[in-house]
Amino acid sequence: MTLRADLAIIADHVAPGSRVLDVGCGDGALMAALRDSKQADARGLELDPRNVGAAVGRGLSVIQGDADIDLSGYPDASFDYAILSQTLQTCRAPDAVLGQLLRIGRHAFVSFPNFAHWRVRLSLLWGGRMPVTRLLPERWYDTPNIHHLTVDDFRAHLHERGITVEGAWFLSGDKQTRSAAANVLAEHAIFLLRGTDRASSVLHGNIS
Amino acid sequence: MSADDQRFGLQRHVILPGPLPLDGGGQLAPVEIAYETYGTLAPDRGNAVLICHALTMDQHVAGANPRTGKPGWWTQMVGPGRPVDTDRFFVVCANVIGSCMGSSGPATVDATGQPFGMSFPVITIRDMVRAQALLLDHLGVDRLKAVIGGSMGGMQALSWPATFPDRVEAVVVIASAARHSAQNIAFHEVGRQAVMADPNWRGGDYYGHDVPAAGLAVARMAAHITYLSEAGLTEKFGRRLQAREAKSFGFDADFQVESYLRYQGIAFVDRFDANSYLYITRAMDYFDLAEEHGGLLANAFRQTRARFALISFDTDWLYPTRESRSIVQALNAAGAPVSFVELSSPYGHDAFLLDSPDMNRVVAGFLGTAS
Repeated sequence: MTLRADLAIIADHVAPGSRVLDVGCGDGALMAALRDSKQADARGLELDPRNVGAAVGRGLSVIQGDADIDLSGYPDASFDYAILSQTLQTCRAPDAVLGQLLRIGRHAFVSFPNFAHWRVRLSLLWGGRMPVTRLLPERWYDTPNIHHLTVDDFRAHLHERGITVEGAWFLSGDKQTRSAAANVLAEHAIFLLRGTDRASSVLHGNIS
Repeated sequence: MSADDQRFGLQRHVILPGPLPLDGGGQLAPVEIAYETYGTLAPDRGNAVLICHALTMDQHVAGANPRTGKPGWWTQMVGPGRPVDTDRFFVVCANVIGSCMGSSGPATVDATGQPFGMSFPVITIRDMVRAQALLLDHLGVDRLKAVIGGSMGGMQALSWPATFPDRVEAVVVIASAARHSAQNIAFHEVGRQAVMADPNWRGGDYYGHDVPAAGLAVARMAAHITYLSEAGLTEKFGRRLQAREAKSFGFDADFQVESYLRYQGIAFVDRFDANSYLYITRAMDYFDLAEEHGGLLANAFRQTRARFALISFDTDWLYPTRESRSIVQALNAAGAPVSFVELSSPYGHDAFLLDSPDMNRVVAGFLGTAS
């Protein structure tokens, strides 16, 4: 089974044998890949009970819960990586969720669809309607994406909070695109961030 | 495991010498245990699964109950090709001590030749678990592939890795809690007071006389309400009248729900001993796994390497989802591998005993028996 492109990038950059928390893990595809190819000790949090059932059926440890509510129960720096893939824009308080992610993980991967991609811009500019694209297939009233953001929005937010970026990847389709023009060309962004726990600097040297 | 080994099979009963030291002080010796086994213990003895039963259940989890002729109480979960697959696992289910289905309890005859009655020691959930461990020693089972239970059975399942951290590999806790809440204790106290207020109770010394049937029936009626959901009761009975066109302006069972509860109460008296009801509800009320581990629930799980799966039901107000979540948090804090899912069901606490494809799927997935 092939992983979604953003998940494949995350999987490629997780250090072997890590402890990983996948927030919004879906049916556990990334967790299973990390377990099988990186010998990771992967745990998951997922809102949809059917997805939880599917992940547990793969032998994974997944807790049904809500990123907005249930991350507070995890101890500080209890994971090497906390992963939030394609979930940030669905959170009620994405800034708070990001803070939890950086508290729990020594590092955090965050991936999200870029709302400033040129197709989205054109759709809004010429159509005057909320964009419905391949990556944003829902209409305005049924989309789970309640906090749309752009690559530049996220960069600015990280800068304001003094969060250290340890890596960034940008995808157009399944291909990587340049960082400089990412705000226009990238459909997807993936950031690797440094956790707020002091101990994270020790591990930092080992990845990259 | 030879086919004619009398330790294995349906409707087994053993008297173990013990002694079994008890949490409340003192000890139990001998220890009688009624149990059933299903499937075959593997040569490496690595395929044993223990099923822990709820308050008024028994050892007949997947075999017909010889007294009632009814099938086992969890046949959709335990059996050939079921999530707890008896073609693969050696499954043990034992009647808890304190009960009245063949294991040591207040109705058991003591050394003087008389039933214990209220001289039976007050026991705890952990005492039940230690008695199960004695049985497993007798059966030659050192390690459990899994221990599984719902409701009070879930309390035993949680106690297993806390009491015997090296003897259990996986734990399934369904519709349960790590401690009894004030509300749980309150409902149990109503039941106990109903039993003890019945003149036939006679301080527990009613064996050979009329049993405290009215008191025990009321206890069961009150408890039965807690096993259902308001929506479930409304759907099943509403305000419908029982076999009559109009209200009687009296105190007969006018409403269907009254008739149903009265029937549940009377049927319960036929199969359960009133003193056992007192002892087992007390054991549940005393249960507080965190208290047994310095006040921090996570400490209960720091020694074990077991994996955990917890399941709750959204309409279960007796052991609500938040109780399962607090266990999940403690397991996370202890770094234990844990899965948790809240399933949707209209049936309240009772949902765990009913056929639930979602529950079966999660348990099968967790145990690796999913097809």
